[in-house]
Amino acid sequence: METISTDVAIIGAGGAGLRAAIALAETDPKLRIALISKVYPMRSHTCSAEGGAAGVIKPDDSFDLHFDDTAGGGDWLSDQDCVEYFIHEAPKELLQLEHWGCPWNREADGSVAVRPFGGMKKKRTWFAADKSGFHILHTLFQTSLQFPSITRYDEFFGLDLLIDEGRCQGVTAMEMRSGELRQFHAKAVIIAGGGGGRMFPFSTNGAIKTGDGMAMAYRAGAPLKDMEFVQYHPTGLPNTGSLLTEACRGEGGILVNKNGRRYLQDYGMGPETPVGKPQLKTMELGPRDRVSQAYWHELQKGNTVSTQWGECVLLDMRHLGEKYIDERLPLVRELCASYLQVDIVKDPVPIRPVVHYMMGGISTNTKAATPIPGLFAAGECACVSLNGANRLGSNSLVELLVFGRRAALSAIEHIQGLPAANTKALNARAVETQKRIDGLYARTNGTESMSGVRKEMMDTMEKNAGIYRTEEGLQEGVKIIHDLRQRYDKVILTDKSKVFNTDLFQMLELGSMLDCAEAVTVGALARKESRGAHQRLDYAERDDNKFLRHTMAYFKGLEPPRIDYLDVVITKSPPGVRDYSGDHK
Amino acid sequence: MKERLVQLEVLRYNPDTDTEARFQRYEVTCAEEWVVLDALNKVKADIDPTLNYRWSCHMAVCGSCGMMINGEPKLSCHTFLRDYEGVIRVEPLVHFPVERDLVTAPDDFMEKLKRVKPYIIPKEKKPISEGEYKQTPAQLMKFRQYSMCINCMLCYAACPEYGLTPHFIGPAALTLAHRYNQDSRDGGRKERQEVVATHEGVWECTFVGACSESARRTSTPRAPCSR
Ligand SMILES: Cc1cc2nc3c(=O)[nH]c(=O)nc-3n(C[C@H](O)[C@H](O)[C@H](O)COP(=O)(O)OP(=O)(O)OC[C@H]3O[C@@H](n4cnc5c(N)ncnc54)[C@H](O)[C@@H]3O)c2cc1C
Ligand code: SF4
Ligand code: FES
Repeated sequence: METISTDVAIIGAGGAGLRAAIALAETDPKLRIALISKVYPMRSHTCSAEGGAAGVIKPDDSFDLHFDDTAGGGDWLSDQDCVEYFIHEAPKELLQLEHWGCPWNREADGSVAVRPFGGMKKKRTWFAADKSGFHILHTLFQTSLQFPSITRYDEFFGLDLLIDEGRCQGVTAMEMRSGELRQFHAKAVIIAGGGGGRMFPFSTNGAIKTGDGMAMAYRAGAPLKDMEFVQYHPTGLPNTGSLLTEACRGEGGILVNKNGRRYLQDYGMGPETPVGKPQLKTMELGPRDRVSQAYWHELQKGNTVSTQWGECVLLDMRHLGEKYIDERLPLVRELCASYLQVDIVKDPVPIRPVVHYMMGGISTNTKAATPIPGLFAAGECACVSLNGANRLGSNSLVELLVFGRRAALSAIEHIQGLPAANTKALNARAVETQKRIDGLYARTNGTESMSGVRKEMMDTMEKNAGIYRTEEGLQEGVKIIHDLRQRYDKVILTDKSKVFNTDLFQMLELGSMLDCAEAVTVGALARKESRGAHQRLDYAERDDNKFLRHTMAYFKGLEPPRIDYLDVVITKSPPGVRDYSGDHK
Repeated sequence: MKERLVQLEVLRYNPDTDTEARFQRYEVTCAEEWVVLDALNKVKADIDPTLNYRWSCHMAVCGSCGMMINGEPKLSCHTFLRDYEGVIRVEPLVHFPVERDLVTAPDDFMEKLKRVKPYIIPKEKKPISEGEYKQTPAQLMKFRQYSMCINCMLCYAACPEYGLTPHFIGPAALTLAHRYNQDSRDGGRKERQEVVATHEGVWECTFVGACSESARRTSTPRAPCSR
């Protein structure tokens, strides 16, 4: 197996991975950087983010307000030292992107424009039309091209971390084109592998979001934190799951049920605001968890609209008018027209909540460090505890930047004065990867089909660990996922070729998703309270006495994870009531 | 939901085992509203796990899923079954080497993007602490439409000149150069011009407009070389 020696290896070339790579290259041009990604960087899922990125910039806004929105929005499960660091870094990072050429929308005077976003008290979301993530990703990718010290390994599938003497010192990966394994020996490793929303059947996430980075760290001994918190976005297209950005509501779209009632007012987000005059942090601009949960209640009450794609509510944007829609929401209009054949200028769009984002992930501290020395993580795969129990829309694109950079700086600190690697020991670890892959090819006693196991996993996650959860449902979910993990070892690899074998990649991805899914269900079963995106019908209240704590899941092989807890860092905002009833009442 | 039996004819090739490419036919039941990618996904899940192609976003923004569909370069996630009758023929993007089945090697394209220095070369450098570079909406509009390229490579498959003269830098890379040249924050036009205006650059374009035809189909702007 070929060995590639480098200083820092980054797994993932989305927003977080690219930002980390650039920070490394800028800070110390002598560092050798290996940027490993299973897709070409610009295919990373950051490209699909539409709405925008939050950072305090306007004179009527303040850091304290951004702090309060984030901590409260996260239902007080955010670590407040992390939030504090984040809100101060956010505008600097967004300005840095501006200097790198990101085409942010502008005010008439040439300053950066901001838009309202759900759960944010002030307008502070920077945006580039409705392709914000796309522009962030491409700006970062293009900017990264000027640094000769960044060596990209595009379409290399990351497999296992190399841990020796308790330190992370590299990773194995497969060159997808040839099927050859490589070992990367590195003084530090940054995981930026993105989320794992594809473990659910109905998701805004692209096919690549299978939790590989999380699973890789988890298997190597790093705990996964707060995995039970899975965000549903209130407005997904009912057939493809494609996202209709929150900006639809930010710009004035309204949600109505089959009776034409703006039902959000019945779930603590009223009173009703005038149509087309959205007010921050109330009604349609309530937080995602609450708005998605309201759908579930409407469904129970029989207030939803039956469509050929299942039960939906309606997002009505007609009153915005064609001109405004084309100016502000062109992508939304295009998506609805082509995939649903609905023109939002003329008709309301049927929508339903869709799995969108994982608040949980590899446990990191404010320095983006995991408990394993030499291993850092940033972006959606990490849980730095910014988002708590519910991420506010437009905080996560900024999280990629802030903590991508932070991971780079921490990695640089870490590698100063490290002892030389024991290459023999690392080689021996890498051989284990080789054996694992050879085993998959050689398997002859397979009895399970991959698509069958995958479908069962997805259906279980939706049925047993969806918007609302119960003890019974979760117990069943835990059991099924546990069984599926055993059955995974009997899945057949049909395609035995070495060259670009997507059957193999899907098999590996399924393994990652199952590991992550188990952490989600076991964590959810143990958390006997309702907080943010984790809602239990049998424990309807938040319980700060018992659960103002982070769930920590430790990998135990084929057994379910060991669950432990870690206190939340509260500095200045004690848990309070999340009030989205608006100032106008 | 209305369903329909769809016949796909997919070009298969595995360099490990095949001496040449061959068509394979699949029949799958699809919803009327599906895209070609959905049909391929169903084939892969239910019929033939050994079929290989790239995709991710399913919303025409990641640029992964370009392929020839009935002879035209298309994004398979944005090509609707409702627009086709009879057998749908699916092949890898032309003008790129095939890695396997519908997976092509974009190395040359990636190299060309890099060559045009697609990043701000600042007119005047200033620290972050001094805030943003002011840019009016009108200045933004001068380049925004050229910043929308999703790197799907359809225009390279469509471009007859690229097919004949592979060193031609091609529509997407030229668009990108133009995007930065038009940006009020940028002062790098001269550096880029060295690449863009040489014999491999814009002058190779024969102005047949094939790239803008394909770009129109991806809802991206026309490449500047075709204006
Ligand atoms: C539709 C949609 C809209 C959104 N809109 C917004 C918004 O408006 N505002 C906001 O703040 N947030 C938004 N988000 C959330 C935000 O976009 C994501 O959380 C964020 O982009 C994730 O970035 P990332 O860098 O962590 O991961 P990604 O961009 O997903 O990148 C992951 C990288 O890891 C690599 N990788 C994964 N596994 C492996 C492996 N095994 N080996 C090698 N490489 C691997 C991939 O190749 C990829 O390069 C949105 C999310 C979605 C899905
Ligand atoms: S210019 Fe258009 S067709 Fe060409 S690569 Fe870019 S998006 Fe694709
Ligand atoms: S799957 Fe992303 S462009 Fe088609």
